[in-house]
Amino acid sequence: MPQSDLVLRLTLDQYQRIVGHCYDGLPDEACGLLGGPLRADNMTPVGEVTSVYPCTNVDASARTYTVDSRDHIKALRDAESKGGGLVGVFHSHTHTDPYPSETDLEQALEPYWIYVLVSLRREAPELRAYRITDGTISEVPVEITR
Amino acid sequence: MIEVRLPTVLRPHAGGAASVEVEGATVGEVFEALMGDHPTLRDHLIGDDGQLHRFVNVYRNDDDVRYLDQLDTKVDDGDVISILPAVAGG
Repeated sequence: MPQSDLVLRLTLDQYQRIVGHCYDGLPDEACGLLGGPLRADNMTPVGEVTSVYPCTNVDASARTYTVDSRDHIKALRDAESKGGGLVGVFHSHTHTDPYPSETDLEQALEPYWIYVLVSLRREAPELRAYRITDGTISEVPVEITR
Repeated sequence: MIEVRLPTVLRPHAGGAASVEVEGATVGEVFEALMGDHPTLRDHLIGDDGQLHRFVNVYRNDDDVRYLDQLDTKVDDGDVISILPAVAGG
């Protein structure tokens, strides 16, 4: 069972990379992967992010995203080469709130990952993070540090 | 032997194993061997059209087999087949 004390820790630079990629993707949804250290079970994220991997949304859609499979394997190998693994995915909601949609819920196939949503609905971007396990959404606090 | 690495979500269908070793000359044969040993994997790997399920990405080493020969992609001893769920949503 994924632990409930998880906090997503991003540096300001990582936050800006994530949000910047989301704006760059407009008018479509943008997506990317996050790499970082894993706990001894080799599945549970510690919470730190080592690398942000902006990816191509092969759907090229304002309503759905699919991470390009070639970006996925490259990100995985890079994260593994740094001693960790993939810890989550971020994507943008161009016109809705930073909360997982029905589609997000149905297609969340990684029970240990952190799902980051960036809403571009309002003037300022809103970034929130979640765990999605067995159809249950639980919010993960986000800390942004310099 | 071909090592097949399974994603977290499919490990319960293989007794919790993160990787299994099977024989096969193509990705299709590797999958048939895998599904023969672990029948409940079939619905998660193969779609109704007999091709790779759209929510599954399969790599021979680091190449997505959809860009090679799909299930007919040849595999050699020592190759690693990695199965990753497609990362998608809306």
